[in-house]
Amino acid sequence: MTLLRDEIAVVGIANGPFGSFPEYDDYAQMAIAFKAALDDAGLEKNQIDGLITHRLGLYTRAAEVLGINPDYAVPLLRHGRMSGVAIQNGVAALLTGQAKYVALVYGNNGRSVRDLYGGGGGLWAPFGMSSPGAEHALLYERYRQKYAVTPEKLATVSLTLREHARLNPEAVMQKPLTLDDYMNARFIVEPLRLFDYCLINDGAVVMILTTKDRAKDLKQPPVYISGVSTATDLANVSTPPRGYWREAMAHNAERVYPMAGIDREDLSGLMIYDNFAPNILYSLEGYGFCKEGEAPDFIQGGRIALGGDLPVNTSGGHLSESYMQGWALNTEAVRQLRHQCGKRQIKDAKAIQYICSAAICSSIIYRR
Amino acid sequence: MTYAKPLPSIDRWNKPFWDAARQGELQLQTCEDCGHWWFPPAPVCPSCLSTRVTWKRASGRGKIWSRCRFHHIYDKAFADEAPYNVCMIELEEGPLFISNVVGAAWEDIGIGDAVEACFEKATEEVTLVRFKLAEK
Ligand SMILES: [Zn+2]
Repeated sequence: MTLLRDEIAVVGIANGPFGSFPEYDDYAQMAIAFKAALDDAGLEKNQIDGLITHRLGLYTRAAEVLGINPDYAVPLLRHGRMSGVAIQNGVAALLTGQAKYVALVYGNNGRSVRDLYGGGGGLWAPFGMSSPGAEHALLYERYRQKYAVTPEKLATVSLTLREHARLNPEAVMQKPLTLDDYMNARFIVEPLRLFDYCLINDGAVVMILTTKDRAKDLKQPPVYISGVSTATDLANVSTPPRGYWREAMAHNAERVYPMAGIDREDLSGLMIYDNFAPNILYSLEGYGFCKEGEAPDFIQGGRIALGGDLPVNTSGGHLSESYMQGWALNTEAVRQLRHQCGKRQIKDAKAIQYICSAAICSSIIYRR
Repeated sequence: MTYAKPLPSIDRWNKPFWDAARQGELQLQTCEDCGHWWFPPAPVCPSCLSTRVTWKRASGRGKIWSRCRFHHIYDKAFADEAPYNVCMIELEEGPLFISNVVGAAWEDIGIGDAVEACFEKATEEVTLVRFKLAEK
């Protein structure tokens, strides 16, 4: 269990600008972030001997654009759950000596190419069921009825994250969001309203990992990867998970905290994959921060806001910062632990957990 | 008028399902070795990996696991019906099926309610399996 603990560090990070950039493609945005991540780390591009690409259509084009011949090259599909998988693979490649410096590169031009996240084909399309948000609507409808959750309670997620985004100059959404705005917004797929949905925007994120010994010689204070775990709920993936991924999350929790030697009460904050607002509730319950059905109350009273006991998604997350499929939450964890977050800095941040709950559930614990 | 909504892509594995639906029957795959039932169709039994796979008539009965209602129009072929419901049904034999509950107001579609399959012709080739609330 301790084989991995703190052996690998994040040494370079960069977020490309987030927004709408039809003049660039996703490879160009990724390449600009790649250069910035090298500069952040104090590395030359030819030192990168591991490349993991995510979302980008072709790893071949990615390497061609960057002009590198890495020893280790792995392409991952466009699903958001793959960001945690990419980090897990980067760690494994470094631990087993397959590479010395691994770049995890991600580019997204979903806004420019008008990704709709709905419509089109698929198994259930003849019934008008064709959007990832609708899977979450089905999950949340049952949850909200079972635990009698009011929309005002769920609104706390979106309102809190918007306040966080307003402290983050890189965030796409800067306007205040009131409870009235939230309640008056249209349903997309009922019971989910507009502000329960993540953004769709262009952008790129790059993270560079290396071993702890190599990390000591680089420009930034290393942020260590203390624990990584994935568990899946794939066997019935054509329908929303009736167990809300709870078994997979519990399995991750059993492994990731002992692996890191860090428990829940040691965490300075959480970065939770917020493709849809209710996913934050399921994740808090699944990792044991509160019991099943208690998250809607647990998040009230400023607990998950900056300054609260357990700040969540201090960047604004996918709901208000940028839809970078988990990546910008991971770079936010690193920035928090480097104490580079300015107005949204968690005081004396020491350890942060990333959580993505989906058909592949992943969790990563970082410490400074 | 031509049918504008998405149609299933019929392949060698799911063709028996759509053939049966056209006859007004809900059929599912089941395993001759372990008795498992499943959907969507697959080449082997996902429980025991047996290739002794057969299609059998299912009861058509199930329960609503959850419901949602599309307000946003992702596909303009659905524009006239929005807001429309989509429900996840737990079929009596075990598999899950996502479809629409017809002939009921949104307020009357309850989680846990019993439903039964009904069949609506879309085109000459395709009949859709939908559900209606069962008689109480
Ligand atoms: Zn079997």
